[in-house]
Amino acid sequence: MLNPDLKLNPKLFEADAEVKATRAGYGEGLLQLGEENPNVVALCADLTESTYAHLFAQKFPERFFQVGVAEQNMAAIAAGLAISGKIPFISSYATFSPGKNWETIRTTIIYNQANVKIAGHHAGIMTGPDGATHQATEDIASVRSWPNLKILVPCDSIEGKKATIAAGETEGPIYLRFTRDKTPIITTIDSPFEIGKIQTFWTSEKPVATIFAMGYMLYYALVAAKELETEGIQVLVVNVSTIKPLDENALLSLAKQTGAFVSVEDHQVAGGLGGAIAQWSTKNIPTPMEFIGLQDTFAESGKPAELIEKYKMGKDHIKAAVKTVIQRSARL
Amino acid sequence: MPQELNEEKLKDLKNKANKVRQLIIEMLVEAGSGHSGGPLGMADIFTAFYFHILNHDPKNPDWDDRDRLILSNGHICPVRYATMALSGYFPIKELKTLRKINSRLQGHPHCGSLPGLETTSGPLGEGLSQAIGMALAGRMDKKSYYVYCLTSDGEHEEGNTWEAVMFAAKNKLNNLIQVIDRNYIQIDGTTESVMPLDPLKEKYESFNWNAIEIDGNDIKSFIEAIAKAKLVPDRPTIIIARTIPGKGVSFMENDYHWHGKPPNKEEAARALNELRVLQEKIQNE
Repeated sequence: MLNPDLKLNPKLFEADAEVKATRAGYGEGLLQLGEENPNVVALCADLTESTYAHLFAQKFPERFFQVGVAEQNMAAIAAGLAISGKIPFISSYATFSPGKNWETIRTTIIYNQANVKIAGHHAGIMTGPDGATHQATEDIASVRSWPNLKILVPCDSIEGKKATIAAGETEGPIYLRFTRDKTPIITTIDSPFEIGKIQTFWTSEKPVATIFAMGYMLYYALVAAKELETEGIQVLVVNVSTIKPLDENALLSLAKQTGAFVSVEDHQVAGGLGGAIAQWSTKNIPTPMEFIGLQDTFAESGKPAELIEKYKMGKDHIKAAVKTVIQRSARL
Repeated sequence: MPQELNEEKLKDLKNKANKVRQLIIEMLVEAGSGHSGGPLGMADIFTAFYFHILNHDPKNPDWDDRDRLILSNGHICPVRYATMALSGYFPIKELKTLRKINSRLQGHPHCGSLPGLETTSGPLGEGLSQAIGMALAGRMDKKSYYVYCLTSDGEHEEGNTWEAVMFAAKNKLNNLIQVIDRNYIQIDGTTESVMPLDPLKEKYESFNWNAIEIDGNDIKSFIEAIAKAKLVPDRPTIIIARTIPGKGVSFMENDYHWHGKPPNKEEAARALNELRVLQEKIQNE
């Protein structure tokens, strides 16, 4: 069942459950940070409305910098602002930032330990009809190996707002990942959020597997868990809202509880959430694992729901992965 | 604040630039790798900055109101290290640690390693954008400091440079002064054979910058150009400093082969000899 301690959305599984894009949470969080801290500034590369930075830009025009279609410039200007005491948020589509400006961010923000927040939008195949050019599906793989970077992937718009605010209040470079389409609201304003903590959203009495989900894919994982329960298979579903640093203490207790893992992410299976967990578990407590995500392929244009099915990332694929992995679990 | 530039002061600056060149040769031969041409060519400008132009305090490198000096083409850092050491940021003997393990003097400058560098550089085309960020912050905070950004002609092949050029003009950043080391060489040959950049002054003027062209090995002209740049109310300025790469060492001057390599022991001895002869000349002027 949904973990009652986390005060999650009680209407989540109902047909009229509210939906909203995680990027909207970014815009609301950035606006609130702007009201609270005069040092918060924002930059955008000609995608102000679609990254929701326009909420901040309209309220604080003197603290907003339009750089034009120039992602490298945006990153390095932000570094200069951060070195001078500002807290810059840069936003664009993740394929362009941190995609196109990867080395600029590496040198001027990460190696400099500049206090810049990088918001990568339109992440994953959820970007839909725009096609694979605009669907960032390697962004986490491309930044995860950077030392001293934190990576946050909120599961819904409410958590998106909380993650943005927490990022602004936390010193150092942080990558935040957002999606374009409206997705179910899983949490409530009362749900706890903390950078570096993973949370069990679906609990069971005798779980045989743990599903680790990232971003809006958490919804599909929760639906899968609910259906599996009716089939007599109990699982845990964990919201991994911080991909780096991984919450290793929580991972250890989860591994001991279940003995089988499934990762679920709208990202290539190489180098993302699943890769991070597999690397950790191989060292600490080797655990059979299945990986839901893009299997070393680009996606294409289509409606998000169609793409999720075609690329085998939906709830039925998650259920099948659970059934497969528990066959390999030493506990059975 | 900068003092008046009289004959005595100018002679002192020339002397210091010569000393900086000697330190560069000594550092490079000890390191066994690194760049020779650019650092020697820019010794006059660095000396003018650290000993006359900059409002700075070597004992308090993070002072809020200091002028910012950003070195975008980080590979010429030996000249920056030498000038910083000579002006009191750290002991001169530390220059011998350049490019060695556990050193604060990284092969390309890393601001987390050594106070006073302002930022990390090496990968080209990124310094001007960072300088812009600092200039914007200075304007927002109503600070009167200047942001000086040193760039190379080769790095103008990077698209990021031109992104920054457009942004600085759009935002009328008159607290930003760029100094380009126009020495016409890069790793693979002359800049005009690799990728022609001339007419550079006209390019900048058409991008709505104030552009001043000078002899970058003439300290007096450079200092005067900086003073003129500060009078421009509504535009950023670029000072196109024509320098001689390898300046002061006859067999290195204007030879692009010296862009990215250090002298060996014998070459270093010859170079130091030549520089000491020049030093005597300056003193007897």
